[in-house]
Amino acid sequence: MTADEWQLLWFTAWVSALSTILILPFGLATAWLLARHEWPGKSIVETLVSLPLVMPPVATGLILLKILGEKGAVGGFFYRHFDVDIAFTWRGVLIALAVMSFPLLVRSTRVAFEQVNPRLEQIARTLGASNARVFTTITLPLASHGVIGGLLLAFARALGEFGATIMVAGYISGRTATLSTEIYHSFNNGEDSHAYRLLGMSVALAFLAVWSSELFMRRRKTAQ
Amino acid sequence: MNLQLKNIFLPLADFPLQIDLEIEGQATAIFGPSGAGKTSLLDLIAGLRRPASAVVRLDGRVLTDTSARITVPTRLRQIGYVPQDLALFPHLSVRHNLLYGCKDNHDSNSLFSYEHVTTVLEIAPLIERAVTNLSGGEKQRVALARALLASPRILLLDEPLASLDTVLKSKIIPYLARVRDEFHVPMLYVTHDWGEAEALCEEALIMECGKIVRGELIRKTATQEK
Repeated sequence: MTADEWQLLWFTAWVSALSTILILPFGLATAWLLARHEWPGKSIVETLVSLPLVMPPVATGLILLKILGEKGAVGGFFYRHFDVDIAFTWRGVLIALAVMSFPLLVRSTRVAFEQVNPRLEQIARTLGASNARVFTTITLPLASHGVIGGLLLAFARALGEFGATIMVAGYISGRTATLSTEIYHSFNNGEDSHAYRLLGMSVALAFLAVWSSELFMRRRKTAQ
Repeated sequence: MNLQLKNIFLPLADFPLQIDLEIEGQATAIFGPSGAGKTSLLDLIAGLRRPASAVVRLDGRVLTDTSARITVPTRLRQIGYVPQDLALFPHLSVRHNLLYGCKDNHDSNSLFSYEHVTTVLEIAPLIERAVTNLSGGEKQRVALARALLASPRILLLDEPLASLDTVLKSKIIPYLARVRDEFHVPMLYVTHDWGEAEALCEEALIMECGKIVRGELIRKTATQEK
């Protein structure tokens, strides 16, 4: 493996990890609200959260590009006020990965929260615990296998993301290129051996992430 | 103890819970068949269910008054609740279950001190074990101790012996009697076993289809005898 390939692997891994960390608080909050509460418009939020799973990733990427571009609502705001570009930078990659992996985290975490017996949370409240304490000491630990499994799935999804990333961040070697976009670019340019080495790295990383996720899910089932 | 349950109306699946009474005894059984609304009543007192209308007062302190829009949060009610399934936290050890709601009773002479409660309920040998490795009777004692360590003003016991066989029941009843006598915490004891009610309570309220249909004196307390 060349130094550039190691750099590419490192960039893909850390931006995927960062996007997974970024979605964690939002994913936990959304999953908890969906699992434990009824509110008007809940079904719409459920649908919106799942949309990136079923929409063509390129279409999601196009929507993101419109929002995050220099003339977009969010991208324009950051460009005008902070002189910061989002589209076609590593920040664009980060947001594309976060949006695409968010539904997987929410779905897995929601199921895990739903499997926690609400009676345990109620009794914790009778023992004087605040909502925050109930969540951190009862709900979250009991759902931890599902949450960690969801995080690993989201990380694996981020590692392999292509469609949204190429739309929002393009392919800029050394700046926005990820394993997926580099494989596509190399193969198109006839650099087959380079593409196959990257393919091997992708398979190994994805296998590790999905296998760990399955392991956590299985441990959760066994624990129950 | 004085527990006022006035103008209670809570819609349930098959009938509404409708209660209007005042409980004075130290240990009162709520007796009735399954599905009569007994657990819903305890949940309502603990603040776990929102009634359509209710006034709940414990020793003069308003816990719920829907007309005045007062609902004291569950965590501030100082109610020790032992549900039917005990709801021990499965990921915590016995010690951490006990300490979960434990007030800082550093004074070992305090009624609800850790030492006193674990001694009375003979829990010391179980402290380091996982709750998932306890027997049915041991779980009952840990759940009781956990509720007591939160220094409750009333204990709500929801069929705590329902899942135990007769032999184990006879072993646990003395512990419950000891809790009643040692800690002087008033208790509402939900059961559909008249023998348990007789063994532990002064009076029984008979509940059917969400209503208290009658009350029966089981035995006189020392105060009543005077």
